[in-house]
Amino acid sequence: MKVTQGVTLMADQTSANAYWAANIRIITISLVVWFVCSFGLGIILRPALSGISVGGADLGFWFAQNGSIYVFLILIFAYARRMNKLDREFGVEE
Amino acid sequence: MDQFTLNLIVVGASFALYIGIAIWARAGSTAEFYAAGQGVPPVMNGMATAADWMSAASFISMAGLIAFGGYNNSVFLMGWTGGYVLLALLLAPYLRKFGKFTVPEFIGDRFYSTTARLVAVICLIVISVTYVIGQMVGVGVTFARFLEVSTTTGLLIGSAIVFAYAVFGGMKGITYTQVAQYIVLITAYTIPAIFISLQLTGNFLPQLGLIGSYAPGGGDVAFLDKLDQVVTELGFAAYTADTTNMLNMLLVTLSLMIGTAGLPHVIVRFFTVPKVSDARISAGWALVFIALLYTVAPAVGSMARLNITTTFWPAAVTGSAFDGEALSVEQIQNDPELAWIRNWEKTGLLKYDDKNGDGRIQYISEARLAGPNKASADATKALTDAMTAAGLATEGVDLASPAAVTVNGAVDAALADLQKARADAIAARDAVTFGNKTVGELGFSANELVTVNNDIMVLANPEIAKLPGWVVALVAAGGLAAALSTAAGLLLAISSAISHDLIKGAIKPDISEQGELLWARISMAGAIVLATYLGLNPPGFAAQVVALAFGLAAATIFPALMMGIFSKRINMQGAVLGMLAGLVFTSVYIFLYLGWFFIPGTNMLPNTPAAHWLGISPAGIGPVGALLNFVVAYVVSMMTQAPPRQVVELVESVRIPRGAGKATGH
Repeated sequence: MKVTQGVTLMADQTSANAYWAANIRIITISLVVWFVCSFGLGIILRPALSGISVGGADLGFWFAQNGSIYVFLILIFAYARRMNKLDREFGVEE
Repeated sequence: MDQFTLNLIVVGASFALYIGIAIWARAGSTAEFYAAGQGVPPVMNGMATAADWMSAASFISMAGLIAFGGYNNSVFLMGWTGGYVLLALLLAPYLRKFGKFTVPEFIGDRFYSTTARLVAVICLIVISVTYVIGQMVGVGVTFARFLEVSTTTGLLIGSAIVFAYAVFGGMKGITYTQVAQYIVLITAYTIPAIFISLQLTGNFLPQLGLIGSYAPGGGDVAFLDKLDQVVTELGFAAYTADTTNMLNMLLVTLSLMIGTAGLPHVIVRFFTVPKVSDARISAGWALVFIALLYTVAPAVGSMARLNITTTFWPAAVTGSAFDGEALSVEQIQNDPELAWIRNWEKTGLLKYDDKNGDGRIQYISEARLAGPNKASADATKALTDAMTAAGLATEGVDLASPAAVTVNGAVDAALADLQKARADAIAARDAVTFGNKTVGELGFSANELVTVNNDIMVLANPEIAKLPGWVVALVAAGGLAAALSTAAGLLLAISSAISHDLIKGAIKPDISEQGELLWARISMAGAIVLATYLGLNPPGFAAQVVALAFGLAAATIFPALMMGIFSKRINMQGAVLGMLAGLVFTSVYIFLYLGWFFIPGTNMLPNTPAAHWLGISPAGIGPVGALLNFVVAYVVSMMTQAPPRQVVELVESVRIPRGAGKATGH
């Protein structure tokens, strides 16, 4: 009895670590997108992209004033969706 | 019906609604008072979070900041929305799983230390109190302008309304009122924006209007190009001009983002949803409702900027500002459509002065006129000084002596040089061109629209665009809704830190639930009185304290929470010293430039880009403080003992969604 409990605990621990590692991977990818759309396209790359226009604005300007916000939105909903799936895969959903 | 009666009806109706909700949603338990019984659906929580978050700064000030700062002030748009990504990914779901009521409580439990909890309480109170002052000032300004009462009366009415629903309803009352306030404020913000976008670009959606073409000009020119043409012609920086300090722009944006994610009154909103997955999706819904305002804000700002400029230079509507004359003083004083200028003039937020007495108000860049004006003034002064000196030197000297003749010749030559220098300086001043005319031809050398406060842009916007009276009244109600909803959220964060973290957590742990609820209400009432007092006697630094609030949230609370979740190794010593390092470094840096405790004149360095360390402004120092916090916490933790077993188990438990129950008070 004692032994099986130990095994279950260890299995739980391995599964918990795998779940957390998967979560960290999703977070990292999401944060790269978060950085690129705001700091990247909106600020750092703006001078380099000044030739590309979105309507009457240049691409960097549009990302700084509107575009990055749309990307943030998509990002949060995508993360929530992906995590719900991950929760079910690892059987840790509520 | 006159404008005043309309304002009274619309604002009165919105207030009656808030009171009605307060009576319906009274809180009966501490769980309802602190976390609305954890029964708020995610979409509704998103809406309440949006109202909680969007303060007088978002509603009243931000579009004005963007209007006059252009692309550079995009930092507010990205910073105040990007923080929600960090909240959803890094904090909200885990803190909901933790299942307690306050931010200091998590820090206290995770770092097994009452000291850590109290340091967090101090940070929370400093952040929330500085923030609430701005809301109270916003309430006072809006009342004074639209309801023709004194600022004091306006503030007292506002405080009484907040008192009614916050003290009795707690988080439950606040949540449902915030939902109503969100609807009022978003309607008030978008309706005038749609009208104005239609007028200027023919686009129904302001987001498309911003990148659309300029309709009154025949539609051949992009709206943003038209705006750039008009403002640069007057000597101002182009609206789309690139930043001159990229490092600072990056850091200010980052500071606002991580500051947002570390603001206690925003974080606690995610304690109110039923499940961990709801906390994630709720951050998304919050951002949907925030984005409705934030994506419209640049259109509101840029269009208001064009409208106010063309009001003063009517010819700029179709061509160059200098094709016609500037707006006349007589028109400002008599035209019924320009009543807004007269009304805002009374509040002191807008000032004009016909300096050259030509009966017209020339709105032009003082900065561009300043250099040449100073050169010509300096040259005139040098000439006068030289003539005076020469006059004194010749007294009592025999002018016929050979020495005197030589001296006189030298003096005459020097005078001739100075006269030429003066003439050159004046010619240089007059040669500065605006549009295709020189200053000499235009005949003026000063900006006569002396003050246009950022804060009037949104509130005056419907009047500048000549929209109907009910729209104006709606904007007044919207401004009040934004300020009151944020004030209520902040007051709740302050009162729960006092009743839950200080009294129950540190002073009297065995207090009964009813006793704690009573203390929560007493501290809420106390916080409202303090906020009202500070609103009546604002320390005169409302703009600066925002830098402090975000900087501190970024440098103290955010790193502590993040390390608490993402590391099992950071211990009590590391967390406490890390938070203190972030707190001291960030506040000292801000105080060095803005004055110790914001007392005017006590700053030790001038607040200018040249004097800033690496060009980092006080508003951008938060991330550096956060980095310091991370480094100190890591190094100290590595040198001291690892956290005990039960803390490691706590961290493991918050990382797994399953098992999130109702929050408990222990």
